[in-house]
Amino acid sequence: MTAPDSVLTSLAAPDPALLDRLHARLEAGAAAAGVLDLAYTTTATPVGRLLLAATDRGLVRVAFEGEDHDAVLAALAGSISPRILHAPSRLADAVRQLDEYFAGTRRRFELPLDRRLSKGFRLSVLEHLPRIAYGHTESYAQVAAAVGSPKAVRAVGTACATNPLPVVVPCHRVLRADGSFGGYLGGPQAKAYLLGLEAAA
Amino acid sequence: MKPFEQLVADHGAAVLRICRVVLGPGPDAEDAWSETFLAALKAYPGLPAGANHEAWLVTIARRKAIDIVRARARSPVPVAILPEAASTHGNPGDDGGLWHAVGLLPLRQREAIAYHYLAGLPYQEAAELTGSTPAAVRRAAADGVAKLRLAYRPEFPNESPAAQGAVP
Repeated sequence: MTAPDSVLTSLAAPDPALLDRLHARLEAGAAAAGVLDLAYTTTATPVGRLLLAATDRGLVRVAFEGEDHDAVLAALAGSISPRILHAPSRLADAVRQLDEYFAGTRRRFELPLDRRLSKGFRLSVLEHLPRIAYGHTESYAQVAAAVGSPKAVRAVGTACATNPLPVVVPCHRVLRADGSFGGYLGGPQAKAYLLGLEAAA
Repeated sequence: MKPFEQLVADHGAAVLRICRVVLGPGPDAEDAWSETFLAALKAYPGLPAGANHEAWLVTIARRKAIDIVRARARSPVPVAILPEAASTHGNPGDDGGLWHAVGLLPLRQREAIAYHYLAGLPYQEAAELTGSTPAAVRRAAADGVAKLRLAYRPEFPNESPAAQGAVP
């Protein structure tokens, strides 16, 4: 005689491989039905694990571990849509280009970007940043002048500090006028690492 | 609102257990799971704040499972409920005859086990979900589990009494 809870335990036995397969099927079905508003994945890099999130328009968010990935996803659920799935296939290009960047073999990202999280002055600052060439830097004042508001040095700092697409949109190439780093979303070591990587390549 | 991924992570296994007990551990259960979560993803932004996510998902899963049961009934070539789909989930003998025995239970007993024992719904709620009465759900759950207990011989995986006709 088998105890009844043994029967129920067996019926309830988890099947992680099957759940993985069903999850992959859900990712594909959701994308095909046009209801995968946000796909995300994470990828290991020398500056820690990065969270990557994309809408159907393009990459919308890159987040450092220090930003707390769960908190970032919760914020995206509020600001964009709660229809969020871990769906790496939409991020495959971004992951590959980041791998190449960190390997020193890529100097420019060629990815569709969804800029909807940035508006106004901050958006114009962030749109300027990719014009700072790989391995080069500008000061906050230079960026302010380049976007036509030479007095808005502090606002440039804020724009860089709230860059939703760090690494890909190179806010790490903006330094203080005296050459010191200034703040960085991913921490000063990450900024130093990225500048060192680009200087060495 | 939580990212939908969190709902899949928190409740995906529970919904799968329900679908497998109601439909057998094969492609039908996988279809029911997939349709449940796709429908839920579509509807999710309109879900009222504070809604019970698992209860909501279980309700959708019940509807999807019944759709499949009805489609089977309409099907000109009867589809075996018997979980020969064990072929996709390991060796048929490994479960001690359990899933074979589940497949022999009437639908109301499978539903009672799924929603009361596996989803953890009280008899009252399981009855509301399945259009039954609490007393009938209680009886169906008890009868179903009693039959499984007789059939289940995990220590002798190749000697399933159900397979040998010990259970009518």
